[in-house]
Amino acid sequence: MYNFTFHRPTTVRQAAGLLARNPEAKLLAGGHSLLPVMKQRLANPPALVDLSLVEGMSGVELKGRSVVIGAMTRHADVANSKVLQEAMPGLAMVPGSIGDPQVRNRGTIGGSIANNDPNADYPAACLGLGATIVTNKRRIAADDFFTGMFSTALEEGEIIVKVMFPIAKKCAYEKFKHPASGFALVGVFVSKRGPDIRVAVTGAGSNGVFRVKSFEEALKKRFAAKSIEGMTIPATGMNTDIHASAEYRAHLVGVLARRALAKAAA
Amino acid sequence: MSATGIGAAVRRKEDFRFITGKGQYTDDVVRPGETRAVFVRSPHAHAKIAKIDASAAKTMPGVVAVLTGADLAGDKIGNLICGWMIHSKDGTPMKMAPHPALASGKVNHVGDAVAVVVAETLGQARDAAEKVKVDYEVLPAVVNPAKAKSGTQIHEIAPKNTIYEWSLGDAKATDAAFANAKHVTKLDIVNNRLAPIAMEPRAALAEYDAGTDQLTLWNTTQNPHVSRLVIAAFVGMAPEHKLRVIAPDVGGGFGSKIFIYPEEVVCLWAARKVRRPVKWTSDRMEAFLTDAHGRDHVTHAELALDANGKILAMRVKTIANLGAYMSTFSSSVPTYLYATLLSGQYDIPQIYCEVDAVYTNTVPVDAYRGAGRPEATFVVERLVEVAARELGLEPPELRKRNFVKSFPHQTPVIMAYDAGDYNASLKKAMEIGDVKGFNKRKRESARNGKLRGIGYSTYIEACGLAPSQAAGSLGAGVGLWESAEVRVNPTGSVEVLTGSHSHGQGHETTFAQLVSQRLGIPIDNVSIVHGDTDKVQFGMGTYGSRSGAVGMSAIVKALDKVEAKAKKVAAFMLEAAEGDIEFKDGKFTVAGTDKSAAFGDVALNAYIAHKFTGAELEPGLKETSFYDPTNFTFPAGCHICEVEIDRETGKTDIVNWTAVDDFGTVINPMIVEGQVHGGIAQGVGQALLEGVVYDANGQLVTGSLMDYTMPRAHDLPSFNLGFTETKAPSNPLGIKGCGEAGAIAAPAAVINAITDALGTEQIAMPATANAVWSALQRATPRAAA
Ligand SMILES: Cc1cc2nc3c(=O)[nH]c(=O)nc-3n(C[C@H](O)[C@H](O)[C@H](O)COP(=O)(O)OP(=O)(O)OC[C@H]3O[C@@H](n4cnc5c(N)ncnc54)[C@H](O)[C@@H]3O)c2cc1C
Repeated sequence: MYNFTFHRPTTVRQAAGLLARNPEAKLLAGGHSLLPVMKQRLANPPALVDLSLVEGMSGVELKGRSVVIGAMTRHADVANSKVLQEAMPGLAMVPGSIGDPQVRNRGTIGGSIANNDPNADYPAACLGLGATIVTNKRRIAADDFFTGMFSTALEEGEIIVKVMFPIAKKCAYEKFKHPASGFALVGVFVSKRGPDIRVAVTGAGSNGVFRVKSFEEALKKRFAAKSIEGMTIPATGMNTDIHASAEYRAHLVGVLARRALAKAAA
Repeated sequence: MSATGIGAAVRRKEDFRFITGKGQYTDDVVRPGETRAVFVRSPHAHAKIAKIDASAAKTMPGVVAVLTGADLAGDKIGNLICGWMIHSKDGTPMKMAPHPALASGKVNHVGDAVAVVVAETLGQARDAAEKVKVDYEVLPAVVNPAKAKSGTQIHEIAPKNTIYEWSLGDAKATDAAFANAKHVTKLDIVNNRLAPIAMEPRAALAEYDAGTDQLTLWNTTQNPHVSRLVIAAFVGMAPEHKLRVIAPDVGGGFGSKIFIYPEEVVCLWAARKVRRPVKWTSDRMEAFLTDAHGRDHVTHAELALDANGKILAMRVKTIANLGAYMSTFSSSVPTYLYATLLSGQYDIPQIYCEVDAVYTNTVPVDAYRGAGRPEATFVVERLVEVAARELGLEPPELRKRNFVKSFPHQTPVIMAYDAGDYNASLKKAMEIGDVKGFNKRKRESARNGKLRGIGYSTYIEACGLAPSQAAGSLGAGVGLWESAEVRVNPTGSVEVLTGSHSHGQGHETTFAQLVSQRLGIPIDNVSIVHGDTDKVQFGMGTYGSRSGAVGMSAIVKALDKVEAKAKKVAAFMLEAAEGDIEFKDGKFTVAGTDKSAAFGDVALNAYIAHKFTGAELEPGLKETSFYDPTNFTFPAGCHICEVEIDRETGKTDIVNWTAVDDFGTVINPMIVEGQVHGGIAQGVGQALLEGVVYDANGQLVTGSLMDYTMPRAHDLPSFNLGFTETKAPSNPLGIKGCGEAGAIAAPAAVINAITDALGTEQIAMPATANAVWSALQRATPRAAA
């Protein structure tokens, strides 16, 4: 790690001000993505703006027909939230499947989404539920937010404040864990909210999280595993690495989508 | 059996300090004026060093020195060596290339050390290391051992990158047996390359005392005396008596801390140069790049059988990747620790094995838990299982037909098995593992959409390394005995100084159990001292499951001498003839009388020396012994693995594991079970999860724990363990050794189970979900019988 200046603002305004004055500064949330790359000296921000003392940035709330999760809410707190488990247990499956207890007790939803790791779990939930990402400047629909691996629609100095998830009657997440890291080798989030059916896939695509339109079409008849029996997606555009080939990842997308659908029906 | 004696599950004495964070590891040792070393490492697998420019680095804040290979050569610091001579079939000696502690002229693997920066703080050393400019002329890299012979030559001394072409056994007789065979089973096997990943990374702290011209090295080593010997006698750092090596608490080794590495040599040299203590501690990524890896064999193996399933002969051809340099014991691993075990538990009349060892542009490969024996067991147990399937025999049945049943048994590959009962462990394992109920379980799995398979591994290993004369005749540069010194204090408490070294094995407990039982004193009155060349007499250290069989035998010998001397003292105290003194349960008695003296009183009298004159007896009670084993020991057993495979994802779950091991005498069953658990976990890791991957340019792909898959608790079932016991006849306690068995037995059991479920033999390790799924696309899974 290189030396850096450390700021601890207590309001979002202050944090935004610090970012404006230090263009190369980075926000620090749980630090579980940022600090490892800093330790390896692959990232070299001259300043960190720590969000942990900013008030009102964490918690899980029911607001109308949405669940609203503060950006600084830790994965463990989302997974264990009574509010969420009652309103939409399918979403609670996502943070519950992340990494290990240490990671779940530090990592945050805001950090995960801002980072947009192609194997991260939350992006699948955001896209799979049509969430809205609320920043200090604007609201961004999930469909517009994730723009490729490790890249998002966030602009310089923009801070995620909360994420709003519309409540879907039926939804579930199924993940095949990367054996070493615990990230998603492939993860599939499925949801049905009225006529809106979504199948979002993380871990598989070389361009990050994506929706599977062919599955969504097929599921319009009936939101059940049977409707996509035997269906698969092409291997082109899938990631290949030592743990999984593109063909295998494409195959898993179908398998996990069916399993998620079975869970959503249960 | 006493509550703390041999056979008792005594809680580990050392765990209090480990669990409460009071362990003292090398990195915890802090010396006044200490500096930190950071190595500049090659980013290329194979390159010429055109130029090193350290001028900018030298002016960085806090920098004490920047040193390169040229400085090292200038100071006449010698190369690292491989201490086991192997000769090729044609009689030529192995081609040991120079291995300087800092590269000179050329780098040969990613992570090869090019320069070292010594600075006031770690941060300053890192900053300066980034400023060392090295110009490389990149050369083509040799990565695949199977193609090493046709790759760019790495070392001048080794044409075709070949270190040796060695063989064992009678080729002609083996070919003749094959010619008469009814059935031949053939397999191509890759034994995957593994990273050792001890929990504590390697570290070295060196200090030079200019007043006494004395060097001290704190180091993560499994064998401090061997380190000192090599660094003194071969590297030429300092005379042996001017170098002290201390191995404080060491957090795991699995073999990787046997070897003498460049970093400790450089720290010693730099400490003397800058007249300040120099510390280096590896981080995890550096460990992946520089710790010696294990395994990495490419093998073709054949088994010849007659019509009745009797094995006639075995033929094996192996290419062993030794990496960029020959590490300390690397040459012995794929030869005398491998081919000598190819007879397994079986009576095989003829075996012929050829091993070609090659250089590649990868980190050196050397002993890793099991060292050669897991590779041998994998060959033998895969061949036998596949042969049974091909012949339509139950795999246990084929094994039974071929087991060695009478002892001693001379194999065609050097080893003379002295005791064992292979039927007994197989039978017991089949009972504990409820093999009878397997078909029912398989049908249940099928109802849940899962494939189920069962796999056996009846392994053997040679432990208790090793009779020195035999080892010497096979090329070892050292003897493989062990030493012990038992110091009885005047108050009757005891210190045992042992040449063995504990880095997780629990010697402070098990060795104390032996002393407690033998002297009849409380276990808390015994302490075990190890890991410091200034305290302990020369010893050979811990590896090859030798500390029980060899290390404890040395203690037994010293205890014999202590008892003999104490009897003399007691005779004076009790005014009896020495021959009439008996010793039992901590008490000396005079035969046929009620006169007695407690062990503590005798100890006191040995030191106050009031009951005898100097002419009659030397005062004191302290004895030393050196124990050289008369044979290897042969732990053996049967592991049975049951797997369930998710047909859709290819994910394998181990649902049942039975291990019945014959370790001879068991000193502490709790510790032994722990060793078995850990060994199986490592073996399962090899079979399902682990595998070092280099890309075609020699870049390490699996360079972190986010990429390299270590086994975790959730990857393993609860193990069903059992023991059978035949005593090892070659040592006084009958111990065979238990440290490596799990890692040796497990991979074959797992792969035999997976291939049983899949109905194809074509699956490589690690059998990842992807690999199993791919195999399933080609296979017709076996149905329940
Ligand atoms: C061993 C390990 C295993 C893991 N396993 C998983 C897994 O299985 N699944 C998974 O999804 N993730 C996994 N992670 C990642 C983990 O969930 C991270 O914590 C998370 O992705 C990032 O969140 P963070 O709070 O730690 O963010 P940080 O590391 O603090 O920040 C990450 C990035 O987001 C930016 N940022 C943070 N907060 C905000 C904000 N409010 N607005 C704008 N930008 C912001 C930061 O500047 C930084 O660039 C794992 C991590 C580790 C170390």
